Amino acid sequence: MRRNRSTTAALVTLFLVAGACTTGSTGDVPESITLLAHDSFAGSVSDSTFAAFTAKTGIAVEVIAAGDAGSMVNQAILTKDNPLADVMFGVDDAFLSRALAEDIFLVHKSKGVNRVPQDLVDRENRVTPIDFGDVCINYDKGWFETTKLEIPQSLTDLRANLYASHFTVEHPATSSPGLAFMLATIDEFGEDGWLDYWADLRAGGVNVVSDWDSAYYGDFVRYGGQSSMVVSYATSPPAEVLFAKEPTDTAPTGVIEAGCYRQVEYAGVLDGTAYPEAAGLLVDFMLSVDFQETIPLTWFVFPANQDAELPQEFIDYAIVPENPARFSAKYISDNRDKWINEWIEVMEG
Amino acid sequence: MRRIRWGWVAVAAVPAVFIGYFFVYPVVRILGLGLSELNIGASGLEARLVRVGWFTLWQATISTFLTLLAAAPLTWAVSTYEFRGRRLATALVTVPFVLPTVVVGTAFVSLGFGDSIWAILAAHVFFNTAVVVRTVSTLWARIDPQLEEAARVLGATGWSVFRRITLPLLKPSIAAAASIVFLFTFTSFGVVLILGGFEYATLEVEIYRQAVTLFDLPLAAALAIVQLVGVTGALYAYSRYQERKTVTWTLDRASNRPISTGRERLAVALSVTVTIGALSIPLVALVARSLSGSFYGALFETDPVIGRPISAVGNSLLFAVAAMSIATVVGLMAASVITARRGSLSRWFDLTLMLPLGTSAVTIGFGFIVALGWPIDLRASVWLIPIAHALVAIPFVVRSTVPTLRSIPDETREAAAVLGASPSRVWRHIDMPIVSRAALVGAAFAFVVSLGEFGATSFVARPNTPTIPTMIFRLLGRPGETSFGMAMALAVVLAGLTAGIVMWIDRVQFGEIGRF
Repeated sequence: MRRNRSTTAALVTLFLVAGACTTGSTGDVPESITLLAHDSFAGSVSDSTFAAFTAKTGIAVEVIAAGDAGSMVNQAILTKDNPLADVMFGVDDAFLSRALAEDIFLVHKSKGVNRVPQDLVDRENRVTPIDFGDVCINYDKGWFETTKLEIPQSLTDLRANLYASHFTVEHPATSSPGLAFMLATIDEFGEDGWLDYWADLRAGGVNVVSDWDSAYYGDFVRYGGQSSMVVSYATSPPAEVLFAKEPTDTAPTGVIEAGCYRQVEYAGVLDGTAYPEAAGLLVDFMLSVDFQETIPLTWFVFPANQDAELPQEFIDYAIVPENPARFSAKYISDNRDKWINEWIEVMEG
Repeated sequence: MRRIRWGWVAVAAVPAVFIGYFFVYPVVRILGLGLSELNIGASGLEARLVRVGWFTLWQATISTFLTLLAAAPLTWAVSTYEFRGRRLATALVTVPFVLPTVVVGTAFVSLGFGDSIWAILAAHVFFNTAVVVRTVSTLWARIDPQLEEAARVLGATGWSVFRRITLPLLKPSIAAAASIVFLFTFTSFGVVLILGGFEYATLEVEIYRQAVTLFDLPLAAALAIVQLVGVTGALYAYSRYQERKTVTWTLDRASNRPISTGRERLAVALSVTVTIGALSIPLVALVARSLSGSFYGALFETDPVIGRPISAVGNSLLFAVAAMSIATVVGLMAASVITARRGSLSRWFDLTLMLPLGTSAVTIGFGFIVALGWPIDLRASVWLIPIAHALVAIPFVVRSTVPTLRSIPDETREAAAVLGASPSRVWRHIDMPIVSRAALVGAAFAFVVSLGEFGATSFVARPNTPTIPTMIFRLLGRPGETSFGMAMALAVVLAGLTAGIVMWIDRVQFGEIGRF
């Protein structure tokens, strides 16, 4: 069965390539198109995710998981002559410039992009914003109640050993929230002061781990670790309520609203697709209100389309920080490697 | 004088093509791509590279040594004696091998380990003890007891019998196990990231950082070559050692003797309980966490977002059976060629087969996607998963069978040939019965390698056929007690499944294996 299918698929691909070369038949309606996404998106795709799209257009959607966002962007770049997929979703500002510099997207102005806050939009329409989320420090409410300590109100408060020694952050070179938090400190203290801040955190005993899973489930006091504060997301508290052991109406964790960084995730049509129109339709679908309203409780981020209504859990427990840090993709790509290496110097040297 | 034996060429062709197309070609393509842009000296990271390379080497060496030491008592007990629980002990010891690093990592951290070189070394011993116990005991159990008895009759004491008779006979299989442990720890990724804090980085970690986060493909390629050179050097030394130390000797059927004296009973009991006890500490923490709510029941419910977690078991089993079949067939063919044709060609062939175990997952994963798009686009094919698993599993089949195959005296095969047996008949009647036990050990490893998803497989995942480890990562990817509890429960299911299947494979017997 499977063997037949993949051989057929291979033959079909060959014909398509041949067809594309001779007739340039880009207007055809394909049976299915492929979406390249990072693991955390792909892992939460179910049969119903794209059912409405398939019902409307007759096109099925195959999803390929490509590791984390960095790995995915790399794979898309490495295969730009023979793309793995028609659409890529999940590239964020941290990796966007790299993708744009390699020219891997086709310009596509999505219907509905006028319903997105304009500061999220790529002016050249190479990519379309789909969702955003804020990386923020989460704290364990129980720990602060027991110890009767004040909850820190700013990044500066964390300079105190008392707090730094109970704080876990992710490594910016291996973790996307880790990188986002590093950017938040650069935003807060400026290019002149941020490394001193990290030197203080290090002296105070801050705990650095490789990834979000280890930070949250390994070192957070709520799950048996030593840290009362971890770098996580502003939307983690609603997930704690939704996936609580016993039904509850108060979140056991809170969000420190200072020192947050806003991550925006984009979708784009990959250059080299045989079906640019169908691929564009998929991007449009992802920005449609129907799809956008499924985003919060599936991926725990906020929909980019302002017409999408938020679920009650998000209204009750999620926090939208007022002035999260956010850098332009270009500013990040011009400096990211330098910053990470400087950070490593301070923290590992 | 030498004439070409086409039969051997055919047998050699299968593993050669497999490894050539799915390993050598992708790796050469991706490294070529990276190196074409390399500008040596521009990055200015040489000092760091020396530090990382040195750390990689010494931690792997010490980890391998410690694993050999830690595994010795249990290996001795299960190889020498027959006792109740022996099979269970050899099955339990494989459980750590399949557990996802992040799961073990959180268990270690909750036990107060973490962020030190000791945690890294302890975790390496924890994960790899099975490799030594299972590889070495296969051969040890089959040393003819008459050899040892003869030595005793001649006046040797227990210790000197071991040192002068048993140990020399075991050296090839100890070296085989050590080579695998070395490769695993040399390319350690998750353990170093999760338990090492941020002070330690292996080449593997550095390759990932450079390629995936910093987009410095040229530097990553250079690092990957440094890693490959290191691995090749170690393997070359190993294969020279293997050839020097191999003696051919008569294998007996597995002959574990009953425990007769009180001292023996005490020694066996201590060896088994201390080893299994120590390995179980993180497992007990895991089980306790999985039982802190009704998480097992929840595994059977369909979650609208991530699906029905327990369905991953079926996917994992299917992939594991496929990977085991590929690895066993290809691995046995390779092992026969390696033992039959001595010389440098055969040595390099053997070495190449081992390389996937010592190559970074990033290299293989990125290699797949740049190389396997044409003529048939395999990059998104579901077949790539068992193929990637098999690449890592083949070394286990080869390493567990080559020492046994080598121990068969050439005269035995020659005698059969003189009596008119064709090479394939010789293989069926001489090699096959003797090697079947070792092949099963290799096959069992291939199965658990696939269940535990090592290395490159995370680069070729298909979201609609999640395996158990993939499902565990999905659960751990979202906050909440239920997500965490279910992840722990699923890890326990993986552990139980592994122990059960390994015990079952261990029980399979191939007819009556006579003495020669």
